[in-house]
Amino acid sequence: MARITASVYTSHVPAIGAALDLGKSGEPYWQPVFKGYEASKAWMQANTPDVIFLVYNDHATAFSLDMIPTFAIGCADEFQPADEGWGPRPVPVVKGHPELAAHIAHSVIQDDFDLTIVNKMDVDHGLTVPLSLMFGQPAADKFAWPCPIIPFAVNVVQYPVPSGRRCFNLGRAIRKAIASFDRPLNVQIWGTGGMSHQLQGPRAGLINREFDTAFLDQLIADPEALAKKPHIDYVREAGSEGIELVMWLVARGAMGDESSAGAPKVVHRFYHVPASNTAVGHLILENT
Amino acid sequence: MALDKPYKDIPGTIIFDAEQSRLGYHLNQFCMSLMKAENRARFKADERAYLDEWPMTEEQKQAVLARDLNRCMAAGGNIYFLAKIGATDGKSFQQMAGSMTGMSEEEYRDMMIAGGRSIKGNRVVGEDGDAQANHQPQGKSQQKEGA
Repeated sequence: MARITASVYTSHVPAIGAALDLGKSGEPYWQPVFKGYEASKAWMQANTPDVIFLVYNDHATAFSLDMIPTFAIGCADEFQPADEGWGPRPVPVVKGHPELAAHIAHSVIQDDFDLTIVNKMDVDHGLTVPLSLMFGQPAADKFAWPCPIIPFAVNVVQYPVPSGRRCFNLGRAIRKAIASFDRPLNVQIWGTGGMSHQLQGPRAGLINREFDTAFLDQLIADPEALAKKPHIDYVREAGSEGIELVMWLVARGAMGDESSAGAPKVVHRFYHVPASNTAVGHLILENT
Repeated sequence: MALDKPYKDIPGTIIFDAEQSRLGYHLNQFCMSLMKAENRARFKADERAYLDEWPMTEEQKQAVLARDLNRCMAAGGNIYFLAKIGATDGKSFQQMAGSMTGMSEEEYRDMMIAGGRSIKGNRVVGEDGDAQANHQPQGKSQQKEGA
């Protein structure tokens, strides 16, 4: 049977991708950001999974205002890095895992979550920046991500977005789905986006370190209570784009301690302000 | 019964809800079209003519031509869509976000390096934080003489 061994949480700021792609990661502004991911890259090398289930949001890239699904699961063989207006990021094509994705879609929809099955979709910085942070830039002679990735897009662009409670319960349904897949796969689930940031209006640039710190503490220790936090708290306290943090609850809901004893092990925790407009938060949790 | 929109009292913030989405559909779809290199080139060659291909309101077109992102947001724009205009102009997200505050690029960048904008006084309309309407626009060059 497949099982979830660990979860990774990270911001997915586009400027981080640009800094990597343009060779600026050694600059004083960026050094502290990438230093926070050095331990993560070593951990990834030692713990490369068979598949990553990657929860992120599309930033008006694959989904225009013609239609925006609340939850979309990528079931294709592969996904191209998108041209978001600056040209596509020079990163490898994302290879999917169609068999596991289809299995999860079937199981989770039967558990009352209305997923949209997507068979053609480009992926933007929301998905590729976390991969770059955790794997580093793939070498030119072996230009591929180390494992297949199932993209899972959550609408956090057009309100109302799904509640924290719904995201958390969705994570539980995803865990159940993965556990019923009849192949011995090691699966990681990643939750991305956040932390506090606001990209618009006179309040642009908002950062709330106290909110972010409390969020990280509670995500580790008491995610069920955290899942009750209403939208308005995120928007008011963590900025209009801080609402992305509900996606971390999908990944947390998929961790094993929700239904069995034993809290997850905190492998790594990192927080830094700023990367461009955003507070960078990062956690690695292992199932014990 | 009226819908509950508790986010209406957050200062300096427009939440892109279903109502804004309805107002901004064509504006945002115009932005989306700039994800193609050939459309970026056509837009740059003659902005007005390109905008006139879209059933946008005159206010939306004027806001785009002026690169006034606050006006674009008020007219139904969403920042992730509007970012395609910034990308076409070669601007970063930080430059775009900063442009909505009135601060210079350097002032905004310095604010972020110093830890970002404080939440203090910026939670609810009527407090006295720097994002409140009575403190706009921000930035040294924007301050009125003797203010």
